[in-house]
Amino acid sequence: MNNKYLGKSIVIFSFVATIMIVVSIVYMVSEMYLNGKDYLTWEFLTEAPTKGMTAGGIFPAIVGTVLLVILMSIACVPLGTITAIYLNEYSNKKSIITKMIRFAVNTLAGIPSIVFGLFGLGFFIQFVGSGMDNVFSEPGQIQWGQPNILWASMTMAFLTIPIVIVSVEETLKSVPDELRAGSLALGATKWQTIKKIVIPNSISGILTGAILAIGRGAGEVAPILFTGAAYFLPYTPTQLTDQFMNLGYHIYVMATQSTDVEATKGIQYATAFILLACTFFLSFIAIIIRYRFRKKINI
Amino acid sequence: MTNVNSKKTDLLLRRKFRLGEFLAENVIRSVSFVSFAIIVLIFVFVFRETSQIFYPKDSTISEQYLQSESYGDIPEEGEAQTEQYGSLLKEKVDVADIENLTGKDWQPVGEKPKYGLLPLFIGSLKVTLMAILFGAPIAIFAAIYSALFAPKKIREFIKPTIELLASFPSVVIGFFALVTLATIFQDLFGTTYRLNAFVGGFAMALAVIPIVYTITEDSLVAVPKYYSEASLALGATNWQTAFFVILPAATPGIFAALLLGFGRAFGETMIVLMATGNAPISSINPFEPVRTLSATIGAEMAEVVFGDMHYSVLFLIGSLLFIVTFLINAVAEFYVRAKLMKKFRGE
Repeated sequence: MNNKYLGKSIVIFSFVATIMIVVSIVYMVSEMYLNGKDYLTWEFLTEAPTKGMTAGGIFPAIVGTVLLVILMSIACVPLGTITAIYLNEYSNKKSIITKMIRFAVNTLAGIPSIVFGLFGLGFFIQFVGSGMDNVFSEPGQIQWGQPNILWASMTMAFLTIPIVIVSVEETLKSVPDELRAGSLALGATKWQTIKKIVIPNSISGILTGAILAIGRGAGEVAPILFTGAAYFLPYTPTQLTDQFMNLGYHIYVMATQSTDVEATKGIQYATAFILLACTFFLSFIAIIIRYRFRKKINI
Repeated sequence: MTNVNSKKTDLLLRRKFRLGEFLAENVIRSVSFVSFAIIVLIFVFVFRETSQIFYPKDSTISEQYLQSESYGDIPEEGEAQTEQYGSLLKEKVDVADIENLTGKDWQPVGEKPKYGLLPLFIGSLKVTLMAILFGAPIAIFAAIYSALFAPKKIREFIKPTIELLASFPSVVIGFFALVTLATIFQDLFGTTYRLNAFVGGFAMALAVIPIVYTITEDSLVAVPKYYSEASLALGATNWQTAFFVILPAATPGIFAALLLGFGRAFGETMIVLMATGNAPISSINPFEPVRTLSATIGAEMAEVVFGDMHYSVLFLIGSLLFIVTFLINAVAEFYVRAKLMKKFRGE
């Protein structure tokens, strides 16, 4: 008798825990939407901030974020894809080199994002940037050795490489070995097999990886705190050496360092909602691609 | 005769040298080392900036690095500031020896800067433990529900929904904690400080839940079918099987999930930066503001003079975060590999 109630209560308790998580997600999203919906207009998306950041839109922040993730993807998607191809197609699973790379990828995925920020500052700005200034710029002029969009997106690319690798590997693994064997048996070389059979069959994984990486890169703020994000810029970046505004950073500074936090509450909520909507949209697409791919594989 | 034959087959089977392929394969080989190279670079460069604590650069070199931060500043202004900072540097007593670093005060700006890491460490630990305390039970029970009890249809809805929480940018969670949670908790508990460790810990739980949930769920599903079939065949009920057979079998996975959640919370920056009040106080009261290791970097790096002792100490904090999360991940991975996988293979 007692046992029966215990069992029931465990099932109910685990159900309640699940509901609690779902409710908190819904609550967070609706909180952002309800408080920011008055600001969600077309003008808000296409205008620059005005009146000392207390009015106007978030256009430069959107452009900055988009440019950041584009530059980031150019670096991280090819690097991640190639690494995944090596790990799954070429490497000997037991070799020391493979183990080293795998360990590196796992470690990279666990490093706190703020450490990437420090690394970007110490490596890209202080080392690479200063070095480039010594070579390319006129003496005394600092062009590369300061925070800019290039260093910020490279830092972000390093952060997102593991995401691409994991996603691409997952699809590479699910490409049936019969396909590879068939291609090789017909006389194709290993590289031809990879180029013509393996990669076309794992496009969905590369796409999912890219989308997930972009979603992460768009939302992450800590790595760009001191590698290129700016509080306010009257222009959108046109050169790699420009600083940029960023949606996440915009929320952070508006909520903590703005001169009039109360007056800009609505803008903050609306910006947070836009950022949330973007990342949700991206992960939603990723889920759909994955779902379709799994269906295809199962048939 | 046989000799001639073997020569013929040799010719037939010999692979043609293709330059394009040779290049492509070697590019793949070398590019795949990039992630390993990145780890080495992170290690080298974060520690390089840290090492100045122990081997201070002589002044001629460090002059080069004395640039003020230029966020939004006009470049001309920067030069004037550099001189100002430069003269300040020569006057103050700025050492970060063991005694100073293990002290109880974090006052990095002033005549005699104090770089005591103790309050920061306590702050990080406090927020992290609170996040695990709030988040882990909920996440584990939710994982039990969706892996073991939920009907298939509901499971297919729940899993992606909870994993959606993982895609919440941490700055949005931090913002939510700052504007909404903080007010709710202050009304509820009547605390003196609106932003405190409790608010931060609670918000951090939202970031920890998806990690703990996903890994726990995976390890519950990975328990071989014959475990539960044997248990059910012996007359155990559904929940008895879940609780006394499947859950114990998946403990290494759950342990790893907790460790990884801990690692995530320990290094997370934006949430604590926005929601914990950022006062370096060492106390165990959960309703007092705290300042964590990661938030200290985030808050102070933008105002620090490059090459300064304060700058190096911030890099030291970064190295600490790196080492701690590195160790936690290594233990989690080793533990799961060694225990869980062996167990299921029946070795």
